[in-house]
Amino acid sequence: MKITQIQTTVEDHHIAKLAAIAIALHMVEAVIPSPIPGVKPGLANIVTLYVLYEYGFAATAWVSILRVFASSLLLGQFLSPTFALSLSGAVLSLAALWLAQHLPKKSFGPITLSILAAFAHIGGQLLLVRLWLIPHAGVVYLIPVFATAALGFGLMNGIITAKLISNKPKNSV
Amino acid sequence: MRMFNLQPYLKRLECKRISAYFLPGDMMVLAIGVLGVLYLFELLWSTEHATKVQIRLADKIYATYSLKLQREVHVPGKLGDTVINIANGKARFAKSPCQGQYCVHQAWLSLAGQAAICLPNQVSLELLGENKPYDSLNY
Repeated sequence: MKITQIQTTVEDHHIAKLAAIAIALHMVEAVIPSPIPGVKPGLANIVTLYVLYEYGFAATAWVSILRVFASSLLLGQFLSPTFALSLSGAVLSLAALWLAQHLPKKSFGPITLSILAAFAHIGGQLLLVRLWLIPHAGVVYLIPVFATAALGFGLMNGIITAKLISNKPKNSV
Repeated sequence: MRMFNLQPYLKRLECKRISAYFLPGDMMVLAIGVLGVLYLFELLWSTEHATKVQIRLADKIYATYSLKLQREVHVPGKLGDTVINIANGKARFAKSPCQGQYCVHQAWLSLAGQAAICLPNQVSLELLGENKPYDSLNY
Protein backbone atom coordinates (compact mmCIF):
# COMPACT_ATOMS: atom_id res chain seq x y z
CA MET A 1 0.00 0.00 0.00
CA LYS A 2 1.24 3.37 -0.92
CA ILE A 3 1.19 5.91 1.79
CA THR A 4 0.38 9.35 0.57
CA GLN A 5 1.47 12.24 2.62
CA ILE A 6 0.32 15.78 2.15
CA GLN A 7 3.33 17.89 1.46
CA THR A 8 3.31 20.91 3.71
CA THR A 9 5.44 23.95 3.26
CA VAL A 10 7.04 26.11 5.90
CA GLU A 11 4.41 28.73 5.17
CA ASP A 12 1.62 26.23 5.87
CA HIS A 13 3.12 25.66 9.29
CA HIS A 14 3.28 29.38 9.98
CA ILE A 15 -0.35 29.81 8.93
CA ALA A 16 -1.43 26.91 11.12
CA LYS A 17 0.50 28.23 14.09
CA LEU A 18 -0.84 31.77 13.72
CA ALA A 19 -4.39 30.54 13.15
CA ALA A 20 -4.06 28.52 16.36
CA ILE A 21 -3.08 31.67 18.28
CA ALA A 22 -6.03 33.52 16.73
CA ILE A 23 -8.38 30.70 17.73
CA ALA A 24 -7.00 30.74 21.27
CA LEU A 25 -7.61 34.48 21.55
CA HIS A 26 -11.11 33.98 20.16
CA MET A 27 -11.77 31.33 22.82
CA VAL A 28 -10.47 33.57 25.61
CA GLU A 29 -12.83 36.30 24.43
CA ALA A 30 -15.77 33.93 24.29
CA VAL A 31 -15.63 33.34 28.04
CA ILE A 32 -15.18 36.99 29.01
CA PRO A 33 -18.62 38.44 29.72
CA SER A 34 -19.34 41.61 27.79
CA PRO A 35 -21.22 44.55 29.31
CA ILE A 36 -23.08 45.13 26.06
CA PRO A 37 -24.10 42.06 24.03
CA GLY A 38 -22.11 41.92 20.84
CA VAL A 39 -19.35 44.28 21.91
CA LYS A 40 -16.05 42.41 22.04
CA PRO A 41 -12.44 43.53 21.81
CA GLY A 42 -11.68 41.31 18.80
CA LEU A 43 -8.24 40.30 20.03
CA ALA A 44 -7.93 37.73 17.25
CA ASN A 45 -7.70 40.63 14.82
CA ILE A 46 -4.30 41.45 16.29
CA VAL A 47 -3.11 38.18 14.82
CA THR A 48 -4.88 38.91 11.52
CA LEU A 49 -3.11 42.25 11.22
CA TYR A 50 0.23 40.86 12.30
CA VAL A 51 0.01 38.19 9.60
CA LEU A 52 -0.82 40.84 7.01
CA TYR A 53 2.44 42.64 7.81
CA GLU A 54 4.56 39.52 8.07
CA TYR A 55 3.17 37.15 5.45
CA GLY A 56 1.00 39.15 3.08
CA PHE A 57 -2.67 39.19 2.25
CA ALA A 58 -3.20 35.56 1.15
CA ALA A 59 -1.97 34.22 4.49
CA THR A 60 -4.11 36.79 6.30
CA ALA A 61 -7.25 35.57 4.54
CA TRP A 62 -6.37 31.97 5.45
CA VAL A 63 -5.73 32.73 9.11
CA SER A 64 -8.86 34.85 9.43
CA ILE A 65 -11.25 32.42 7.75
CA LEU A 66 -9.69 29.37 9.44
CA ARG A 67 -10.12 31.13 12.76
CA VAL A 68 -13.82 31.81 12.11
CA PHE A 69 -14.56 28.20 11.11
CA ALA A 70 -12.46 26.51 13.76
CA SER A 71 -13.65 28.76 16.60
CA SER A 72 -17.30 28.23 15.71
CA LEU A 73 -16.75 24.47 15.66
CA LEU A 74 -15.08 24.59 19.07
CA LEU A 75 -17.83 26.75 20.55
CA GLY A 76 -20.61 24.72 18.95
CA GLN A 77 -21.81 27.66 16.89
CA PHE A 78 -21.04 26.35 13.43
CA LEU A 79 -23.66 27.53 10.89
CA SER A 80 -25.55 29.36 13.63
CA PRO A 81 -26.33 33.10 13.44
CA THR A 82 -23.28 33.76 15.62
CA PHE A 83 -21.12 32.01 13.05
CA ALA A 84 -22.76 33.95 10.21
CA LEU A 85 -22.08 37.22 12.04
CA SER A 86 -18.50 36.22 12.67
CA LEU A 87 -17.98 35.28 9.04
CA SER A 88 -19.59 38.39 7.60
CA GLY A 89 -17.47 40.54 9.89
CA ALA A 90 -14.30 38.68 8.94
CA VAL A 91 -15.02 38.87 5.20
CA LEU A 92 -15.81 42.59 5.30
CA SER A 93 -12.74 43.41 7.38
CA LEU A 94 -10.57 41.35 5.02
CA ALA A 95 -11.98 43.40 2.15
CA ALA A 96 -11.12 46.59 4.04
CA LEU A 97 -7.59 45.32 4.72
CA TRP A 98 -7.16 44.36 1.08
CA LEU A 99 -7.96 47.92 0.06
CA ALA A 100 -6.07 49.55 2.94
CA GLN A 101 -2.81 47.67 2.38
CA HIS A 102 -2.27 49.81 -0.71
CA LEU A 103 -2.13 52.97 1.39
CA PRO A 104 1.37 54.49 1.57
CA LYS A 105 3.25 52.62 4.31
CA LYS A 106 5.16 55.72 5.33
CA SER A 107 2.18 57.49 6.82
CA PHE A 108 -0.37 54.75 7.42
CA GLY A 109 0.60 52.06 9.91
CA PRO A 110 -1.11 49.15 11.67
CA ILE A 111 -3.27 51.55 13.68
CA THR A 112 -4.96 52.83 10.52
CA LEU A 113 -5.53 49.31 9.23
CA SER A 114 -6.84 48.13 12.56
CA ILE A 115 -9.37 50.96 12.86
CA LEU A 116 -10.55 50.54 9.26
CA ALA A 117 -10.87 46.77 9.69
CA ALA A 118 -12.82 47.21 12.94
CA PHE A 119 -15.29 49.56 11.26
CA ALA A 120 -15.67 47.18 8.31
CA HIS A 121 -16.11 44.28 10.73
CA ILE A 122 -18.98 45.91 12.62
CA GLY A 123 -20.39 47.26 9.37
CA GLY A 124 -20.63 43.76 7.94
CA GLN A 125 -22.22 42.45 11.10
CA LEU A 126 -24.79 45.23 11.37
CA LEU A 127 -25.66 44.80 7.70
CA LEU A 128 -26.37 41.12 8.28
CA VAL A 129 -28.33 41.86 11.44
CA ARG A 130 -30.48 44.37 9.59
CA LEU A 131 -31.03 42.22 6.50
CA TRP A 132 -31.52 38.87 8.16
CA LEU A 133 -31.71 38.65 11.93
CA ILE A 134 -33.58 41.79 12.98
CA PRO A 135 -35.21 43.28 9.88
CA HIS A 136 -36.30 46.36 11.80
CA ALA A 137 -35.40 50.01 11.46
CA GLY A 138 -34.67 50.15 15.21
CA VAL A 139 -31.28 48.57 14.53
CA VAL A 140 -29.93 51.99 13.51
CA TYR A 141 -30.05 53.06 17.17
CA LEU A 142 -27.32 50.54 17.93
CA ILE A 143 -24.94 51.88 15.27
CA PRO A 144 -23.38 54.67 17.40
CA VAL A 145 -22.67 52.25 20.27
CA PHE A 146 -21.03 49.68 18.03
CA ALA A 147 -19.13 52.33 16.08
CA THR A 148 -17.68 53.68 19.34
CA ALA A 149 -16.62 50.19 20.37
CA ALA A 150 -15.09 49.57 16.94
CA LEU A 151 -13.06 52.77 17.14
CA GLY A 152 -11.86 52.07 20.68
CA PHE A 153 -10.96 48.43 20.23
CA GLY A 154 -9.63 49.05 16.69
CA LEU A 155 -7.27 51.63 18.16
CA MET A 156 -6.20 49.34 20.99
CA ASN A 157 -5.55 46.36 18.72
CA GLY A 158 -3.73 48.62 16.27
CA ILE A 159 -1.33 49.86 18.95
CA ILE A 160 -0.68 46.30 20.12
CA THR A 161 0.02 45.18 16.55
CA ALA A 162 2.30 48.16 15.94
CA LYS A 163 4.25 47.19 19.05
CA LEU A 164 4.50 43.55 18.01
CA ILE A 165 5.81 44.50 14.58
CA SER A 166 8.20 47.32 15.43
CA ASN A 167 9.77 45.60 18.43
CA LYS A 168 10.35 42.38 16.55
CA PRO A 169 13.85 41.05 17.05
CA LYS A 170 15.68 40.13 13.84
CA ASN A 171 15.33 36.58 12.48
CA SER A 172 12.12 35.93 14.34
CA VAL A 173 8.52 35.18 13.44
CA MET B 1 4.45 18.42 22.29
CA ARG B 2 6.20 21.71 22.53
CA MET B 3 4.02 24.50 23.83
CA PHE B 4 3.89 27.78 22.01
CA ASN B 5 5.97 30.31 23.87
CA LEU B 6 4.20 33.63 24.29
CA GLN B 7 6.94 35.22 26.38
CA PRO B 8 8.91 36.93 23.60
CA TYR B 9 5.69 38.34 22.15
CA LEU B 10 4.61 39.78 25.49
CA LYS B 11 8.06 41.33 25.87
CA ARG B 12 7.55 43.25 22.65
CA LEU B 13 4.56 45.00 24.18
CA GLU B 14 6.64 46.62 26.89
CA CYS B 15 8.94 49.10 25.23
CA LYS B 16 8.52 52.69 24.04
CA ARG B 17 5.77 55.23 24.51
CA ILE B 18 2.47 54.74 22.66
CA SER B 19 2.85 57.98 20.69
CA ALA B 20 5.90 56.46 18.99
CA TYR B 21 3.65 54.10 17.03
CA PHE B 22 1.36 56.74 15.54
CA LEU B 23 2.19 57.75 11.99
CA PRO B 24 0.69 60.98 10.57
CA GLY B 25 -1.90 59.00 8.61
CA ASP B 26 -2.88 57.08 11.73
CA MET B 27 -3.60 60.32 13.56
CA MET B 28 -5.70 61.44 10.61
CA VAL B 29 -7.70 58.19 10.48
CA LEU B 30 -8.22 58.34 14.25
CA ALA B 31 -9.44 61.95 14.06
CA ILE B 32 -11.80 61.15 11.18
CA GLY B 33 -13.01 58.10 13.11
CA VAL B 34 -13.79 60.16 16.23
CA LEU B 35 -15.60 62.80 14.18
CA GLY B 36 -17.50 60.09 12.29
CA VAL B 37 -18.65 58.42 15.51
CA LEU B 38 -19.75 61.76 16.98
CA TYR B 39 -21.64 62.48 13.77
CA LEU B 40 -23.37 59.09 14.00
CA PHE B 41 -24.51 59.86 17.55
CA GLU B 42 -25.79 63.26 16.46
CA LEU B 43 -27.54 61.78 13.43
CA LEU B 44 -29.10 58.68 14.96
CA TRP B 45 -29.65 59.64 18.58
CA SER B 46 -31.02 63.07 17.90
CA THR B 47 -33.42 64.54 20.43
CA GLU B 48 -35.64 66.33 17.97
CA HIS B 49 -38.73 67.93 19.46
CA ALA B 50 -41.94 66.48 18.16
CA THR B 51 -44.44 68.61 16.28
CA LYS B 52 -47.37 66.25 15.97
CA VAL B 53 -49.01 63.50 17.95
CA GLN B 54 -50.64 60.50 16.36
CA ILE B 55 -53.30 58.70 18.36
CA ARG B 56 -54.20 55.14 17.54
CA LEU B 57 -57.25 53.21 18.58
CA ALA B 58 -56.91 49.45 18.15
CA ASP B 59 -55.32 48.96 14.73
CA LYS B 60 -56.44 52.26 13.21
CA ILE B 61 -55.09 55.79 13.34
CA TYR B 62 -57.70 57.64 15.37
CA ALA B 63 -56.40 61.16 14.87
CA THR B 64 -53.27 63.24 14.33
CA TYR B 65 -52.98 66.62 16.07
CA SER B 66 -50.43 69.39 16.13
CA LEU B 67 -48.69 69.74 19.51
CA LYS B 68 -48.85 73.51 19.28
CA LEU B 69 -52.54 73.85 20.11
CA GLN B 70 -53.83 73.03 23.54
CA ARG B 71 -56.40 70.30 23.37
CA GLU B 72 -58.13 67.59 25.34
CA VAL B 73 -58.96 64.49 23.34
CA HIS B 74 -61.44 61.86 24.40
CA VAL B 75 -60.79 58.51 22.78
CA PRO B 76 -63.54 55.90 23.15
CA GLY B 77 -61.61 52.71 23.83
CA LYS B 78 -62.74 49.20 24.67
CA LEU B 79 -63.04 49.88 28.40
CA GLY B 80 -64.16 53.50 28.25
CA ASP B 81 -62.92 57.00 27.47
CA THR B 82 -59.19 57.69 27.52
CA VAL B 83 -58.38 61.35 27.98
CA ILE B 84 -55.27 62.67 26.27
CA ASN B 85 -53.92 66.16 26.98
CA ILE B 86 -51.95 68.15 24.44
CA ALA B 87 -50.23 71.37 25.49
CA ASN B 88 -46.99 73.30 24.90
CA GLY B 89 -45.50 70.81 22.47
CA LYS B 90 -46.15 67.88 24.81
CA ALA B 91 -48.75 65.17 25.12
CA ARG B 92 -49.81 62.77 27.86
CA PHE B 93 -52.43 60.29 28.92
CA ALA B 94 -54.43 62.28 31.49
CA LYS B 95 -57.03 59.69 32.37
CA SER B 96 -57.46 56.09 31.46
CA PRO B 97 -60.01 53.49 32.53
CA CYS B 98 -57.36 50.78 32.64
CA GLN B 99 -56.09 48.82 35.67
CA GLY B 100 -52.38 49.41 35.57
CA GLN B 101 -52.30 53.13 34.68
CA TYR B 102 -48.87 52.64 33.11
CA CYS B 103 -49.86 54.96 30.28
CA VAL B 104 -50.76 57.76 32.69
CA HIS B 105 -47.54 57.28 34.65
CA GLN B 106 -45.49 57.88 31.49
CA ALA B 107 -46.53 61.53 31.92
CA TRP B 108 -45.62 64.23 29.41
CA LEU B 109 -43.81 63.20 26.25
CA SER B 110 -42.14 65.75 23.99
CA LEU B 111 -39.47 64.14 21.81
CA ALA B 112 -40.00 62.73 18.32
CA GLY B 113 -40.26 58.95 18.37
CA GLN B 114 -41.52 58.73 21.94
CA ALA B 115 -44.66 56.68 22.45
CA ALA B 116 -47.06 55.66 25.19
CA ILE B 117 -49.35 52.69 24.89
CA CYS B 118 -52.38 51.60 26.86
CA LEU B 119 -52.86 47.97 26.00
CA PRO B 120 -56.08 47.26 27.96
CA ASN B 121 -57.92 50.14 26.33
CA GLN B 122 -56.10 49.69 22.99
CA VAL B 123 -55.11 53.34 22.76
CA SER B 124 -51.63 54.53 21.92
CA LEU B 125 -49.98 57.81 21.12
CA GLU B 126 -46.80 58.40 19.21
CA LEU B 127 -44.97 61.67 18.79
CA LEU B 128 -43.87 62.58 15.30
CA GLY B 129 -41.04 64.89 14.29
CA GLU B 130 -40.84 67.26 11.36
CA ASN B 131 -39.45 64.50 9.17
CA LYS B 132 -40.12 61.11 10.61
CA PRO B 133 -37.24 58.95 9.50
CA TYR B 134 -38.51 55.49 10.40
CA ASP B 135 -41.78 53.86 9.70
CA SER B 136 -42.55 51.90 12.82
CA LEU B 137 -42.42 52.16 16.56
CA ASN B 138 -38.93 52.81 17.81
CA TYR B 139 -37.59 51.55 21.03
